[in-house]
Amino acid sequence: MGRRIGLMGDEAVAYAVKQCDVGLVSAYPITPQTIMVERISEYVANGEIDTEFVCVESEHSALSVCVGASLSGLRVFTATASQGLALMHEVLYAASGLRCPIVMAVANRALSAPLNIHCDHSDMMGSRDCGWVQVFAENVQEAYDWVIQAFKIAEHPDVQLPTVVNLDGFTLTHCMEDVEVLEDEDVKKFLPPRKPIYWVDPKQPMTFGAWAMPNYYYKFKLQQQEAIMRSLRVVKEVGEEFGKLTGRRYDTLYGYGLEDAEVAVLSMGSTSGTIRYTARRLRESDGLKVGALKLWLFRPFPEEDLVSALEKVKVLIVLDRALSPGAVFGPLGSDIASLMVKHGLDFKLLNYTYGLGGDEVTPEMAEKLFKLGLKVAEGAKPPSLTGYVREVV
Amino acid sequence: MSKYDVVMGAVITKPRTSLENKTGSWRTRRPVVDVEKCVNCLLCWIYCPDSAIIRLEDHIAINYDYCKGCGICAEECPRKAITMVEEG
Repeated sequence: MGRRIGLMGDEAVAYAVKQCDVGLVSAYPITPQTIMVERISEYVANGEIDTEFVCVESEHSALSVCVGASLSGLRVFTATASQGLALMHEVLYAASGLRCPIVMAVANRALSAPLNIHCDHSDMMGSRDCGWVQVFAENVQEAYDWVIQAFKIAEHPDVQLPTVVNLDGFTLTHCMEDVEVLEDEDVKKFLPPRKPIYWVDPKQPMTFGAWAMPNYYYKFKLQQQEAIMRSLRVVKEVGEEFGKLTGRRYDTLYGYGLEDAEVAVLSMGSTSGTIRYTARRLRESDGLKVGALKLWLFRPFPEEDLVSALEKVKVLIVLDRALSPGAVFGPLGSDIASLMVKHGLDFKLLNYTYGLGGDEVTPEMAEKLFKLGLKVAEGAKPPSLTGYVREVV
Repeated sequence: MSKYDVVMGAVITKPRTSLENKTGSWRTRRPVVDVEKCVNCLLCWIYCPDSAIIRLEDHIAINYDYCKGCGICAEECPRKAITMVEEG
């Protein structure tokens, strides 16, 4: 069993990286990820880890260095946020296309303009289709746990894809929590050294990053698609193994009250705690049939698990912490609408945006959402099917 | 494991496989060498982006398997010993 220590989200990520025997870290500091980079560079400077730390002038270079290092066979980590992730954008696709099992933490933050350093998920949603496995943490403990699992998922021979661990800027990155950390030896046993399949080696010359003509390109991309779909099973296996080790079992999603809930709210990140807290209070004190569904794994989208989790739900309120300007629904809402069509689901879907640039969802707002959902379940017409939470309830 | 018969990540696992790709078929104009004018200075050999200049004892020759017909050799030749001629 592990020890309990006080850590902020950024520190917890750095602590996990310290324990994962990472060969190289290249990152550029950006609020609210900065403390991750500071702590890791301190570990290196103090000789606590023999990780190579490469200072660069931008996030574009940071991820480019990581791609090269990963191709050489090393275990590699980087971290960023917001504008930094946007600057990495083209390299994100190179990392997944070259099948580099890099792990990155993203301290989710709004994008300019106007300038804002606070949380929303616009950064990750803007790079949604980059081909990385994408998980979202609800609290600091989960951020720590996911980083360790992320290496195991990314490096699995059936996956070989980069993986990003999202944690809400400030709400998680800068808040101290009581975190149960594993002993170094336990992490070593859980996460053996990386075994690359192909790697850069002068004794065995290979070409990495070659181009592909139209008659081949689609095959590589579809093969990549096969790998990300296989990661669904791997995420579940790794989550179960991690559960046996720590007592904290992970999966693609976490449902509360869904066995009989008529109304459920689907969310990602720290808001999931607020939603579940409110659902529990409404169930326990008022006997209301409400439930909460937290999505841990956003890519690949866990279709089958969502279909079974939503079997009994009459009204689903999907919360998107990113605006998709001009779209029908937000990114998560669109995925759920697609799921409904593909699997013939017939609940009522409401999709609201919230929390842009750090605008919080409070338990009171969550309660209003649940009560709106209950009215809709009884046949009332909602004020709108989409919109911004603050303006809807 | 994959239904696609390609190597993961588009890795080319053997060196020198580019030799199998005869890029000479891309050419629309071919360089023709006047061996009487060529003084074997090898400027064309230095400039050729496809390493398609063959060095011989007294003059150069063109490797038409790989020459894409860019014309840099003809442009750079100080003796005007290389002429670009339409293909076909």
